[in-house]
Amino acid sequence: MAEFIAEYGLIILVALKDTLVMVVLSTGFGYLLGIPLGIVAYVTDHGSISENAAVNAVAGWIINIVRSIPFIILILFLIPYTRFVMGTASGTRGVIFPLVISAAPFIARMVESSFNELDIGVIESAKAMGATNLQIIWKVLLPESFPSLLRGMAIATITIIGYIAMAGMVGGGGLGAVAINYGYYRYERPVMNVTMVLTILLVQLIQVAFNIIVRRVDKNR
Amino acid sequence: MIEIAHLTKEFDNPDKTKLGVLRDISLTVEDGDIYGIIGMSGAGKSTMLRLIGLLDTPTSGTITVEGKDLSTLAGKEKIDYYKTIGTVFQGYNLLMQKTVAQNVIFPLTLSRGYDKKAARERVAQLLELTGLIEKADVYPSQLSGGQKQRVAIARALATDPKLILCDEPTSALDSLTTQSILKLLEDINHRMGVTIIIITHEIAVVKKICNKVAVLEGGVLVDNGPIHQVLDSEMHPVTRSLFGREED
Ligand SMILES: Nc1ncnc2c1ncn2[C@@H]1O[C@H](COP(=O)(O)OP(=O)(O)O)[C@@H](O)[C@H]1O
Ligand SMILES: [Mg+2]
Repeated sequence: MAEFIAEYGLIILVALKDTLVMVVLSTGFGYLLGIPLGIVAYVTDHGSISENAAVNAVAGWIINIVRSIPFIILILFLIPYTRFVMGTASGTRGVIFPLVISAAPFIARMVESSFNELDIGVIESAKAMGATNLQIIWKVLLPESFPSLLRGMAIATITIIGYIAMAGMVGGGGLGAVAINYGYYRYERPVMNVTMVLTILLVQLIQVAFNIIVRRVDKNR
Repeated sequence: MIEIAHLTKEFDNPDKTKLGVLRDISLTVEDGDIYGIIGMSGAGKSTMLRLIGLLDTPTSGTITVEGKDLSTLAGKEKIDYYKTIGTVFQGYNLLMQKTVAQNVIFPLTLSRGYDKKAARERVAQLLELTGLIEKADVYPSQLSGGQKQRVAIARALATDPKLILCDEPTSALDSLTTQSILKLLEDINHRMGVTIIIITHEIAVVKKICNKVAVLEGGVLVDNGPIHQVLDSEMHPVTRSLFGREED
């Protein structure tokens, strides 16, 4: 045990930290792109507040095309662009860019479906009170769907953890990379087990944390 | 005063034919009226209210409010028009993540640089009027249907409108609650001089608070005018059955 900790403790800790950094940054930037994209998809939809078939089709296209590319292929495809944007295509830094690109459309769809859960009557009555479209988005759409957006965020975060592990196979950092490099290539079964347990714990922790937050935030229960 | 002249509304059917929902409707709503629009489901009542509320535009005909033709309003004028009317819906349409007080203040917060102190006082007044003072900090999910509709009415009054449009405000409520909501609307009309247009499929609502009634049937205005006048006239069969049914 002491031996194991001496040999792999630091490696695993650093990997855990890397995974956390990647999760936070790629979820964060994923939402920075995904929310506007989801808003555009929602408001330009047929019968919505700023109906626009052309813009809606373009947004739908972007979302569907990127979503249909398997993540592992997207990483490889993006390598030159990743190098250009991040300065490197490997390690923690190199993974964040493809992660964001791949997560954003997925997040946009979830954001859009959160909006769609809202009663359209609420949007319409805001309009009847003289709310501008921007006010409807900012004061009605986002706050009213906030609990649902958080629920979606739990799913997005956990999905991203899966992507990060996958990225470990092609030079990314984090727990996935440790599992492959030590647990798999070097047949270190204990390393494999520990990364597995840590990943499960991380996912459970995120789910529980989000559940608690949503329960506190959601006033419509 | 609202003058509706030759109002017609058609929707596009999926097969490119037209669905005529309102046909050549003309009527006048005077200040201080409580105007009932009654008809069966699908008669075009909600569509008519949406046109008056500028949530949709007519295929032809005009709606003139306080001398302004609604079809000429654009941009800022349109927003200003919305602020002169309040709307109450059957489904309440409250903001579920906001408290009662936050819901009532909401229409005021839409105006840039609104007076926060005056707004808070206004909200307190309206909560008093609608009997919701104790519920100020409660969320709508904890209210009964009748209380939710009171919040919606308080909210509709926030901008001090001259006109309130109600689309089946009591249809989801039991009869006792209906009575109290109608009483509230009547009070608002008497005390504040607010004109009310109320849509309903229940004749009891019309009898209880309306001074005038318009009967819609398949998008056609079949009877219209002060209640007693309509009752004294040769009523359309639909009107007769609406008024008759209640007496059984
Ligand atoms: N946006 C719309 N598109 C197409 N048809 C509509 C639309 N809104 C209403 N209708 C149709 O118009 C008719 C009248 O509807 P509505 O005004 O809601 O009736 P009411 O409120 O009297 O029950 C119905 O047949 C309805 O299906
Ligand atoms: Mg209706």
